Amino acid sequence: MLSTGTGIQPPPRAIDAAASTVMASAFAGRKRVLPILEVALLIAASIAPLVLKDYITVYATRVLILCLFALSFDLVWGYAGILSLGQSLFFGMAGYGVALLSRDFGVGSIFAVLPAGTLIGLVAALLLAGFLLLGRHPSSVVFVSLGTMTGAYAADRLARGSHYLGGQNGIPSIQPMTIGSHELSEGPGFYYLVLAILVLIYLLSRFLLRSQFGLALAGLRENEQRIAFFGYKVQHLKAIIFAISGAIAGTAGSLYAFHEGFVWTNMLGVVMSTQVVLYVLFGGSGTLIGAVIGTAIIEGLSFWLSDNYRDIWPIILGGLLLLVIMFRPLGLISLVLGERERVGHFGPSLKETRNAAP
Amino acid sequence: MPLLEAMGISKVFGKLTALDGAALTVGEREFHGLIGPNGSGKSTLMKCLAGALEPTQGKVTFINTDITSFTPPERARAGMSLKFQITAVLPTLTLYDNILLALQARSSLLDLAFSRSRRRLHEEVMTMLLQFRLADRAFDAAATLSHGQQQWLEIAMALACRPRLLLLDEPTGGMSLEERRVTGELLQPTKQHCSLVIVEHDLDFIRDICDRLTVLDQGKVLASGTVAEIQANRSVQEIYLRRA
Repeated sequence: MLSTGTGIQPPPRAIDAAASTVMASAFAGRKRVLPILEVALLIAASIAPLVLKDYITVYATRVLILCLFALSFDLVWGYAGILSLGQSLFFGMAGYGVALLSRDFGVGSIFAVLPAGTLIGLVAALLLAGFLLLGRHPSSVVFVSLGTMTGAYAADRLARGSHYLGGQNGIPSIQPMTIGSHELSEGPGFYYLVLAILVLIYLLSRFLLRSQFGLALAGLRENEQRIAFFGYKVQHLKAIIFAISGAIAGTAGSLYAFHEGFVWTNMLGVVMSTQVVLYVLFGGSGTLIGAVIGTAIIEGLSFWLSDNYRDIWPIILGGLLLLVIMFRPLGLISLVLGERERVGHFGPSLKETRNAAP
Repeated sequence: MPLLEAMGISKVFGKLTALDGAALTVGEREFHGLIGPNGSGKSTLMKCLAGALEPTQGKVTFINTDITSFTPPERARAGMSLKFQITAVLPTLTLYDNILLALQARSSLLDLAFSRSRRRLHEEVMTMLLQFRLADRAFDAAATLSHGQQQWLEIAMALACRPRLLLLDEPTGGMSLEERRVTGELLQPTKQHCSLVIVEHDLDFIRDICDRLTVLDQGKVLASGTVAEIQANRSVQEIYLRRA
């Protein structure tokens, strides 16, 4: 029934019928793991401060901020296939930026510093994209990864040498962030603020990545040259997702600066960039939730291990990371998530096409 | 005015001259075969037409526009499309998404971000899949298709953006006889709106489908004309005999 003769345009009704039949059988019995995972994690994260001790809630807040940071890397690497090894550049620059706003101008309102940090990340990423991604010819993965890494390394070095930026010591004792007249210091309040921002950005990212724009990104990741021949402006696509990712890293960086109360050169450097790569690879790239899970588990484990195995904990953690990367190259998430659901599909849903059919 | 006109195309790789002043003219709705022995420069000429390579010398005109220095996306937007020699479907995406990806290439970024053309393109995607006898596999990953089916999917993708000119580099490579026959059938209807340049080793296939042929030998045009003219051409017979 589905194979009609060539050249004969099947009537629309037949198309809809054919589509519905194929879709119905393709999607029948397909269990969806992602939404369950997302909701479960959201519930767990929402009640965490109620059951955790205060000092752990403070730690958990930091982990959530790092989750946001990891999300930004998953966007460029997991979805668009751009290996940015300098993600900390945007994180750190935003952190330093808001720290300076607070130190030199006394600006601490959340409505000023978060947009400022986001903007710093966005602009820095656009500038770097201008150098690394926008050329007449698409640049290689190695060029981009080394370029971004060099950027982070250089920023780290420059900050260390700069008296204005506090040199090795960074910028200490940043005043707390304020909402109106309320001062936001570490604890459950800060935790829920970060959680809300994380959920919001997560949902926005998910919306974008599942749109037709997300399909274009998937094409970019799978075969950049091929989609250029369809007429996609590949470099523009890259610059856009890179800038969005930079903006998210910037948001994370500014939250981090106010949460920790100080910024230092490590925030800008290669160590931080590498860490975020590990979070995402460990959890599983290209799923968003994998980045969150990876960050939470690595940070949770290092917290627990460093308490209980004071001397050898980095070795244990390193071994675990190696095991996952060797046996689960798609990350922990691949234990529960199938390939088909991970990649997803971008056409209209079954419901949409059924509604469209007369 | 021909649809595509390539004149004096030369391409030099270091010491190797792959193309030496080759020319090609393709009219509206013409199926044009590009043949010649291995190493005669067919694929290089295709790449120069498609923008994958920049010719060392020469000029390519397409719909009255000099496109010699156009990038591949610019050429695609001008109405040129191609299928690579090596199949380049996007393996992890479904067949449906492969076609949609090709169809939505010219939507604006804002339209893409809000999926505004998704519903509108749905019908076109399914029509394309039905035409190429792939509809029942629409939601399987492209990697699960047979080699022949992957080639069809690629042709469908290349045609999806409604090109004025389609460049096909070995469309029947690695196909069975039956699959070749079907490929010919699938390509026939495109004549209504599209010209074709085909590089192909299977001369029977070329003879069946093409209106005109251009024969390349050592980077130069040996002969160009209708299928009958080429078949009667002495020097063409010679290079093919020499090879055999």
